[in-house]
Amino acid sequence: MTSLTLNKKRRIIPGFHLSLGYTMLYVSLLVLLPLSMIFIHTLSLNWAEFVDIVTAPRAVSSYKVSFSTALAAGLLNVVFGTIIAWVLVRYQFPFKRIMDGLVDLPFALPTAVAGIALTSLYAPNGWIGQFFSFKIAFTPLGIIIALTFIGLPFVVRTVQPVLQNISAEVEEASASLGATRLQTFGKVILPELAPAILTGFSLAFARALGEYGSVVFIAGNMPMKTEITPLIIMTKLEQYDYAGATAIALVMLITSFILLFSINIIQWLANRRFVQ
Amino acid sequence: MEQSTAIKQAAPEKNKAIAKSSALQEPRFVRYTLTFIALVFLGFFIVLPLVSIFITAFQKGVDVYMAAITHPDALAAIKLTLTVVVIAVPLNAIFGIMAAWVLTKFNFKGKNLLLTIVDLPFAVSPVIAGLIFILLFGAQGLFGDWLFENDIKVVFALPGIVLATIFVTLPFVARELIPLMQTQGTSEEEASISLGAGGFKTFWHVTLPNIKWGLLYGLILCNARAIGEFGAVSVVSGHIRGMTNTMPLHIEILYNEYQFAAAFAVASLMSVIAIITLIVKDIIAWKSKSV
Repeated sequence: MTSLTLNKKRRIIPGFHLSLGYTMLYVSLLVLLPLSMIFIHTLSLNWAEFVDIVTAPRAVSSYKVSFSTALAAGLLNVVFGTIIAWVLVRYQFPFKRIMDGLVDLPFALPTAVAGIALTSLYAPNGWIGQFFSFKIAFTPLGIIIALTFIGLPFVVRTVQPVLQNISAEVEEASASLGATRLQTFGKVILPELAPAILTGFSLAFARALGEYGSVVFIAGNMPMKTEITPLIIMTKLEQYDYAGATAIALVMLITSFILLFSINIIQWLANRRFVQ
Repeated sequence: MEQSTAIKQAAPEKNKAIAKSSALQEPRFVRYTLTFIALVFLGFFIVLPLVSIFITAFQKGVDVYMAAITHPDALAAIKLTLTVVVIAVPLNAIFGIMAAWVLTKFNFKGKNLLLTIVDLPFAVSPVIAGLIFILLFGAQGLFGDWLFENDIKVVFALPGIVLATIFVTLPFVARELIPLMQTQGTSEEEASISLGAGGFKTFWHVTLPNIKWGLLYGLILCNARAIGEFGAVSVVSGHIRGMTNTMPLHIEILYNEYQFAAAFAVASLMSVIAIITLIVKDIIAWKSKSV
């Protein structure tokens, strides 16, 4: 309240109460109330039941599948997303503008469409799958492919603007002090890019943990092998096991909140470094 | 003779140019390798999937394609998807403007918390986004009995699909507008108000022209996600053919019934929308840069 009075002097602009009221009402009804249901509904279970559900072997194996594939996809995107951002900012090549635009395709293409397209490409008899002696679709590799597709723009689009803003003078200074190109990259450019890469990775990773649409088609969905956590929730819902679905959802929600919190800390630390 | 001296004179300059470029640019083979890696990666993950959708869609001929997209169930799915978009996107646009207005034009306690809450739907799995509305409005849900007594259907009907879509697309417009309006500050609005313009007039004539490209950008991203949302809608829709199946759900059913050509035909329609989204996005980015 003190801050409200503090700023009264400045508040010539109208609409504070209207826009605040509207925003609060909207997020309360559509975000906070619905999300709180996960917490409220989980309370219908006692602690032992809750622990039983969330530590059931099938659930634990789904955490492992979701976590490891999201991590692998995130790391793939860190490497290739950074290379793509680098190439798009620094080099000239044919169809560059189209390629640049296509990086955003995973944001624009419905996940189910991406799912069936990737599945038919990487299936054992698919365009790409037929050239491999091992199975890609319907194994964890397939899940990694779908999650890499989904996460790619997060890394490219966070690294690209930072790379664009690195001034040529810094690199010239490094070179004129006798650094080789590799040294300049490792000691000047990479430290500048690191916070953006880390942010892009966390965004892609967070998205991958919850991803459903593109994965269900390519995963094969075998319990204990290629079953992701969101699918466990879906299966429990189809069996009208609301308590079970909600308990698993709570585990996922808390994981995502911790991730979101860490992303904010990373960005805050990066900004602070920048200001200094 | 003259020529050779000219070459001799030119040579050191040329060497200098090479020395400069090798300190500031990678050797040619590194540049080519990196470009090659980037293009192969984009080819395998983006271009090939996109191309394969259209080829598979027309694999069994134009007749099968046309039959698939004019099938009554497909038309019902298209109509439902459009209905959902027409309700959800404008609501989130109004919300986005309101939220951006309060979060950028004023300072108040709890501002950062509100900012985090606006972002929250991005951190939630689509499946959970569907689940929460089942817990609220489903048969065993909080309002389940009341809805049943009053004969109102939310879950497994249009309202549920709209609610789930609003939830997953809620941050898009606000996310685009907040950083934009932050950098623009409040001085133009203050000038307009002190010259006697009303609040709405100020918004319409001062703020809106400044944020129109950002708003459009947020709108098309919101629109793309609303059209394509799968997980959340899948939970609340109930998969009733010709009734509560949106386009992505219709694709799933066709695919699971091994009607691949038909599934990809409907998918190709959605891919066209995605490509248009990308083009519009590119135009907006270009326009907003040139303004």
